[in-house]
Amino acid sequence: MDITFTNVDHAHHATQLARFGERAFEENGPAQLAYHTFPSPIGALLAAVTRQGLVRICFESEDPEDVLSHLSARVSPAIIELPSALVGVRRQLDAYFAGSLRCFDLPLDRRLFSPFQTKVLAATSAIPPGEVKSYGQIAALAGRPGGAQATGQALGANPIPVVVPCHRVVAADGSLRGYGGGLERKQFLLDLERGEQSLF
Amino acid sequence: MPTLPPFQQLLDAHALEVHRFLRGLVGPDSADDCLQDALLSALRAYPRLRNADNLRAWLFTIAHRKGIDHLRRNGRERPAADMPERAISNAEPPDHGLWNQVAKLPDKQRAAITLRYVGDMTYATIAEIIDCSEPAARQNVRAGLTRLRKATG
Repeated sequence: MDITFTNVDHAHHATQLARFGERAFEENGPAQLAYHTFPSPIGALLAAVTRQGLVRICFESEDPEDVLSHLSARVSPAIIELPSALVGVRRQLDAYFAGSLRCFDLPLDRRLFSPFQTKVLAATSAIPPGEVKSYGQIAALAGRPGGAQATGQALGANPIPVVVPCHRVVAADGSLRGYGGGLERKQFLLDLERGEQSLF
Repeated sequence: MPTLPPFQQLLDAHALEVHRFLRGLVGPDSADDCLQDALLSALRAYPRLRNADNLRAWLFTIAHRKGIDHLRRNGRERPAADMPERAISNAEPPDHGLWNQVAKLPDKQRAAITLRYVGDMTYATIAEIIDCSEPAARQNVRAGLTRLRKATG
């Protein structure tokens, strides 16, 4: 006997999944994390939020599957893709890259920060756009004078780059030293904040 | 505790086939609401899941339970006339006569046949989902097919 079952139209199915996503990420909904990937001048950015705020940004140099698996293990596996949950984050990033926003005003979820990283990134966040500080200066502000190397590691593992401006920390001689997303991105962000044109 | 993949991976891999299964089980008008219920329940339970070996069967088990709950509450719905509109254009046209007959089957036979022909599942997996033995799953498919043959001549 030939049994042919009706299919579900893909557009209709997508509508139902979007409806599910909205309900799942409501205040008491079962989803704990929502993410979305969108373009930027420094390549695609994957951003993830919890109900507390922005918890993770990653560059396309990182494997999104690894990033999501890590979030699944560290925060919760109740992760869904939901563009509407990232609208505010995306709007500010777009404005920042367009040069019309200098300081982000976004709620952050710092649960992926280690205790030392929390101090380092707090000191880093206080650097105004367009300015830089050295690793040694940040180490001292984070309560570990002489801890430039540990500070470099804490900055390199920044879970929320760009918004938490670890790119504003450079070597004492002014060279860029290192960046989790690659030196080209660091240079681009510093040039952008100084109002200088550069090509990524 | 098992390492669970992000829930979105389950959605990408199985949400469409679960949706199709629910259309077969409860009919097209109720399938959307049953899908919502099933996915919300699944996501709520997901972080506490202890066995991640067969997430597909786990998801279908929840969908089946939601579908059966719905049928018990509301009785049956006949396949609606709007089905062709929603069918994918390159898919084979649905056989409404056959669908009407499938809709009249007892719940277990309907579920077993839908899982077999929509999900292309083994009898062992069907048995797990509709909570019966493997021979009983096979028997439900066979009995359902026999009825359909009789009904459609």
